Amino acid sequence: MSNILKRTLIAATLAASVLGVNAASAAANEQFIPLPTYRVGPYASSGIPWWAGVIDYLRYVNEVEGGVDGVKLVWKECETEWSTDRIVECYERYKKGDNGAPTAFFFTHSTPASYALMDKGVADRIPLVDPAGGRTESTDGSVFPYAFPLLLNYYSQASVGINYIAQKEGGFDKLKGKKIVTVFHDSAYGRETQAPMALLAKKYGFENIQIPVADPGNEQSAQWRQVRQIKPDWVFLRTWGVSTPVGIKTAARFGIPVDRLIGDVWAGSEADVLPAGPAAKGYQAIAPFPGGAGFEIHKRLKKFILDAGKSDLKDPKFFGSVYYNIGLINAAMAVEALRAGHKKFGNRPLNGEEGRWAFEHLDVTDAPEGDRFRRPAAETQAVVQRARGRWRRARPAMGRQEVGAGD
Amino acid sequence: MSNLSHQLPAPFEHAPLALVPRAIPWGAAALLIVAFAGVPWLAGDYWLNAILIPFLVLSLAGLGLNLLTGYAGQTSVGSAGFMAVGAFATYAFLLRVPVLPLPVALLAGGAVAAAVGFVFGIPSNRIKGFYLMATTLAAQFFLEWVFTKFPWFYNHASSGTIAAPRLALFGHDISGPVGRYLLTLSVVTLLTWVARNLVGSRLGRNWMAIRDMDTAAAVIGIDVDHHKRLAFAVSSFYLGIAGALWAFAYLGTASASSFDINRSFQILFIIIIGGMGSVAGNFIGAAFISLLPIFLSQAGQALLGGNVDPGQIQNLQKIIFGALIITFLVKEPEGLVRLLAGLRERLAVWPLRF
Repeated sequence: MSNILKRTLIAATLAASVLGVNAASAAANEQFIPLPTYRVGPYASSGIPWWAGVIDYLRYVNEVEGGVDGVKLVWKECETEWSTDRIVECYERYKKGDNGAPTAFFFTHSTPASYALMDKGVADRIPLVDPAGGRTESTDGSVFPYAFPLLLNYYSQASVGINYIAQKEGGFDKLKGKKIVTVFHDSAYGRETQAPMALLAKKYGFENIQIPVADPGNEQSAQWRQVRQIKPDWVFLRTWGVSTPVGIKTAARFGIPVDRLIGDVWAGSEADVLPAGPAAKGYQAIAPFPGGAGFEIHKRLKKFILDAGKSDLKDPKFFGSVYYNIGLINAAMAVEALRAGHKKFGNRPLNGEEGRWAFEHLDVTDAPEGDRFRRPAAETQAVVQRARGRWRRARPAMGRQEVGAGD
Repeated sequence: MSNLSHQLPAPFEHAPLALVPRAIPWGAAALLIVAFAGVPWLAGDYWLNAILIPFLVLSLAGLGLNLLTGYAGQTSVGSAGFMAVGAFATYAFLLRVPVLPLPVALLAGGAVAAAVGFVFGIPSNRIKGFYLMATTLAAQFFLEWVFTKFPWFYNHASSGTIAAPRLALFGHDISGPVGRYLLTLSVVTLLTWVARNLVGSRLGRNWMAIRDMDTAAAVIGIDVDHHKRLAFAVSSFYLGIAGALWAFAYLGTASASSFDINRSFQILFIIIIGGMGSVAGNFIGAAFISLLPIFLSQAGQALLGGNVDPGQIQNLQKIIFGALIITFLVKEPEGLVRLLAGLRERLAVWPLRF
């Protein structure tokens, strides 16, 4: 009798392991995180380091810190190629969690997908996290309770740009009569700063000139000839993908000083400036997530994850790159939010509704582990400058001193 | 006597006196009953939202293109552009004429798409084949540009994105998954029924005559130009409604970039793989194109997840997908629907082949 039982058990275990359904490991103490990655397709060059940063951080939290307050993180990827319908499919697949582990939030990570999921997130009570992107209006949590455009929205990006220019000019009163040109990618993303720039122009009295670049922006002579004729004091570059290096190069060809160009968050990575070559020396960009591998977290990651061969990064050259670092910061925000939630709900996996509470009470300024990043929230107003092949901080953010990159 | 029969039509007594009554399509009826009554209770949110609704909408879009390409023989790569017209027009009607009920707004959106399709069909009077394809490509890019350039179309939203103002039918809220599924299913069923009758009607037979040889069609008295333009209009009507459903019943939002050239190619692949000149083929093709990648992704994760780099799995899926398309088309150039019909014929006489 017992023999039969044993055999049945063995067979069942074998069947379960063959099917990949490991029912035994569906422990109650796991937090599920769906990751709509894009390692393939036109945006793979940003997606690969980005998601590597997220996964390396989650792995670090799991393996070195034993999870978030003892709750292990489990995650599954869906390859979406950054297409909205695949991201929606991924959301639907994992919104109820996986294998018994609940989902507390969903990284939409694409402005179109944030729009598409906005109503679904409310209906299903799943917070949608889209750092430095998403729908600008959704910053108002009383109207959009389940949308979290963390770090910076497009209005604040415009504002940071103008604040920096004012600082360089020596005060907001000096902005009067200045010509500030915005060269933007003619898409939903690029057009988002038109309204705030018009507002700021009215407030400070500078001349606001908007020049669109049609997608994909491989040829921009006409635009920069126009810029040249205007003779602007500053140029705010709001391009994306290939249009950034082409823009920088074309600006140089038309004799526009590169240190007068300010890129926005999505025009300030290695992929944007390396193809532009020497023309990009002195180029500056807004960054909520400075590049460089000199932070405390990088030392720990190097020791426990990279050197242990557990990194998701195939090419270690990208360790500390801008996109890798935003991946780290995204993951850190999520982990700190979970920690905030654990304080209220106890150290257990959270569901979407609890996740919303957690993200609303996310406060990284005084987090006990905050030194890992030295206050990521404070970094949001940094403007970094590219010089001698490395990014460095052009202005210490909020009176803090340490420099991110290796120089 | 026998040489007379060449010159004269058959005498009346030789014509069939009783028409054969059309067989009741039991299979289709059963499928519909399951789809309307069974699926909403059995399927969860994931199945409805992420699998069945996009599958139905893509089938409808395939049907629209198939009327133009498979039946009337006019090539087009502008399908997504016409879908965009339908989506943005329906949005405009819902937003600016709030008294319109949803079905009327959908119909009106389809009608606007039909009018636009008619206009872009005019070049088909003079050019054919690849040249016509180039003009539909121009339509695709032009329409995408229009819906980016003029903020009126997206109600001056800063991001250029539209969202469904409301999804209600006779006072009932249908914005839940089941409501949206039933809306899509009803529209698709109705339009499929219309299309089936259309292609069997005089109009459909004229289209097929033009497809097979337009000179011959003109010789027997068919107004070729008129029928080609009509094919563009009817096809765009279908595509426009599919576009509106894609925007409002599936994603809940849309922008010009949701209807880019890749969507046009996707729809073209649906009809090539499913079967040109067939109504059922669109559904089979849409299932293949939209469901297989999801199945491969799930299977890949279940079998290899954790052991192999996910990026590699995705590339592997692309290889499998491509190889399957090539294999199917080599085995049966007329599409999956022909392959299945052949299989059915063989099974009908199984195991005695002769």
